[in-house]
Amino acid sequence: MTYPEWLDLNAVWFVLVGVLFTGYALLDGFDLGVGALHLFSRTDEQRRIMLNSIGPVWDGNEVWLVTGGGALFAAFPNVYATVFSGFYLAFVLLLVALIFRAVAIEFRSKQPMTWWRRMWDVGFAAGSLTSALLIGVAMGNIAWGVPIDDRGEFAGTFIGLLHPYALLLGVTTVALFMMHGAIYLVMKTEGELQNLARGWVNRAMIFFIICYAVTTMATLLYVPHMAERVRANPWLFSVALVNMLAIANIPREIHHGHDLRAFLSSCTAMIALMALFGLEMFPNLVLSNPVRANSLTIYNAASSPKTLGIMLTIAITGVPVVLAYTASIYWIFRGKVRLDKMSY
Amino acid sequence: MDVLLLSRLQFAFTVAFHYLYPPLSIGLGVSLVVMEGLWLKTGNPVYHQMARFWTRVFALTFAIGVATGIVMEFEFGTNWASYSRFVGDVFGSALAAEGIFAFFLESGFLAILLFGWDKVGRKLHYFATWMVCLGAHFSAVWIVVANSWQQTPAGYRIEQTANGPRAVITDFWQMVFNPSSLDRLSHTLCGAWQAGAFLVISVSAFYLLRRRHETFAKASMKVGLGVALVASVLQIVTGHSSAVGVAENQPAKLAAFEGRYTTRDHAPLSLAGWIDEQQEDFAFNVEVPGMLSWLVHGNTAGVVRGLEEFKPEDRPPVNASFQFFHLMVAVGFGLLGLAGLGSWFCWRGTLFQHRWLLWLLVFAVLGPQLANQAGWFAAEVGRQPWIVYGELRTSDGLSAVVTSNLVLTSLVLFTVVYVLLFAVFAYLLNDKIHHGPDETDLIPSGALADHRRADA
Repeated sequence: MTYPEWLDLNAVWFVLVGVLFTGYALLDGFDLGVGALHLFSRTDEQRRIMLNSIGPVWDGNEVWLVTGGGALFAAFPNVYATVFSGFYLAFVLLLVALIFRAVAIEFRSKQPMTWWRRMWDVGFAAGSLTSALLIGVAMGNIAWGVPIDDRGEFAGTFIGLLHPYALLLGVTTVALFMMHGAIYLVMKTEGELQNLARGWVNRAMIFFIICYAVTTMATLLYVPHMAERVRANPWLFSVALVNMLAIANIPREIHHGHDLRAFLSSCTAMIALMALFGLEMFPNLVLSNPVRANSLTIYNAASSPKTLGIMLTIAITGVPVVLAYTASIYWIFRGKVRLDKMSY
Repeated sequence: MDVLLLSRLQFAFTVAFHYLYPPLSIGLGVSLVVMEGLWLKTGNPVYHQMARFWTRVFALTFAIGVATGIVMEFEFGTNWASYSRFVGDVFGSALAAEGIFAFFLESGFLAILLFGWDKVGRKLHYFATWMVCLGAHFSAVWIVVANSWQQTPAGYRIEQTANGPRAVITDFWQMVFNPSSLDRLSHTLCGAWQAGAFLVISVSAFYLLRRRHETFAKASMKVGLGVALVASVLQIVTGHSSAVGVAENQPAKLAAFEGRYTTRDHAPLSLAGWIDEQQEDFAFNVEVPGMLSWLVHGNTAGVVRGLEEFKPEDRPPVNASFQFFHLMVAVGFGLLGLAGLGSWFCWRGTLFQHRWLLWLLVFAVLGPQLANQAGWFAAEVGRQPWIVYGELRTSDGLSAVVTSNLVLTSLVLFTVVYVLLFAVFAYLLNDKIHHGPDETDLIPSGALADHRRADA
């Protein structure tokens, strides 16, 4: 397929990579949130229900990250190479965390021993929590900017990645995913566990709102380039407004027992946050700090127009099908979790 | 130790560990399709019991396959950043296609395969089983295509950029159907089918020896032997055509596989040997005269190129390539023999009395794993010193900013985690096998049972 000249394929792929990572945040976000809340539940049965609430879907949700990574590799290989090699230890730790999260779900309920289940409970919670934290830290660094030399290589250190702003975004991400996961649990559970989850929604929301307020202040004060575009185009403030209204809507819907609407509000808030992030970053993919000129952009870090075109064809063919059967699978597994003999 | 060695060790270790599992998933996927299909066709509850039991084993291998698979994708970026910059334009599209066309498919329908027994009708469930199996095959397609492009690059040109040269795609389909794609894909898939089938055979043989779950074991054994026999015969065919392809496209690699330093006609085929790389000759060798020329060209007068035609710095490690290759071939023929023997006695109806053969079949589960690993190592060691054949050297593919201490740290970390994973996997698999199939699975439950009643 050939695409018209006026279509900026680089910009299209900026959006598509953003869509993939947003999809990842929406979907695996609640898995990681459920994992981060796992140890707060009390009985073995509650823990099994929590695991099984994400049991059929977590694996498909993680594929959004794998595909997002693949798309980044294909569309912007220089960003992929610079960020992955530059954030070496952070990404290795993320891998280990994701491995523990994955196998803990599979292994935990396969043996009855208390020590066995406790071990994998901790693995599941720690894996989920660490994953969420590291994803946030990576986002924080991308927003803050990282030292990049004139060959486009990362010129910083691992410790340098752990500066306060990045850590703040890490904690904010944990809070956001916990809130998202707690709402998901309210939707998927009933009885005592659901009451417990309602309590988690409240606490996670307060936690998130505090983090969000601090992050916003810190961004305006110390990372002004992440507010430039909205400052220059006041109508874009509507995106920030949508985000805030969506968050404010969550307790209202929970109160009225509209769990699905609460979950969709949480999704809307996350989409608005990612949209703001994308709007401020565009057309940069990785900001170089302090030497702005070395930033990796959608133009200097991209694959050839031909590859971007081929990939767009792949995306146009594949993604609608993926969305169709993903939706069907969520539909099949709708409703409250019930344990049966195939459950984890 | 230097970064190159450590990075290669880490990639080899993580990919070798990962490669234990996807072949099992692909092979078990085929067996699941057969078993569930037989159940739908015959209504015999033992097939339902088989499908259920093997689905649980499948879930275990699949989970570890997924968990360890994402590591490789990340490693391209973390450890091989220069390689990623060089190949991203070409290799990245195959990887992205793998995500969109394969991973979503298998992980999505896996939910129904594992947890949907009582939620959907049996036809939809069988459809999901097919889709998971198909998805697993698609993922093999795209990753083997990407790897084959590294072996025999096609459909690209080299472009100079500010960061140095990079490969840029000129023809997507030429890239996909590069000269070695189809050979290597069919060969890899046969190896995967063998891995799954011999696991089924091994567990069934164990039950038969212990006189447990005999109805289940006999029926599983037949399905396993059927798949194993077909796969093992095809494996020899695809292996031969792969080797002919290697002779044509990667002559240095074939020369290393066979330990040939001199270019000559009537080239002999080495059956076993040990190569002294200093002397550039065999220290020990058993060979069939003229056989290599005959295999490659169809006549013994054909000329087979030797390593002397390649500069020493362009040659792969010879003895290692030779040993991995010969191990793979030997095990491959051994598996064909076992599958043939087992099928013969099974057909004669006497298999279950031959305890020695059943014991052999119990241990045969290691065969495909050994052959798959050896074959993979032969293919990748034989590709050296190139990471993209003829275009980019492995030593030029490293990340510029990653130090040996970093790689050492991650290598130790992965080793600890993978040893733990393997121990848990072995423990749980053993536990599942000792627990055996669930007798209550002889009676289909839930939606499936309702459909059976409605259909009856």
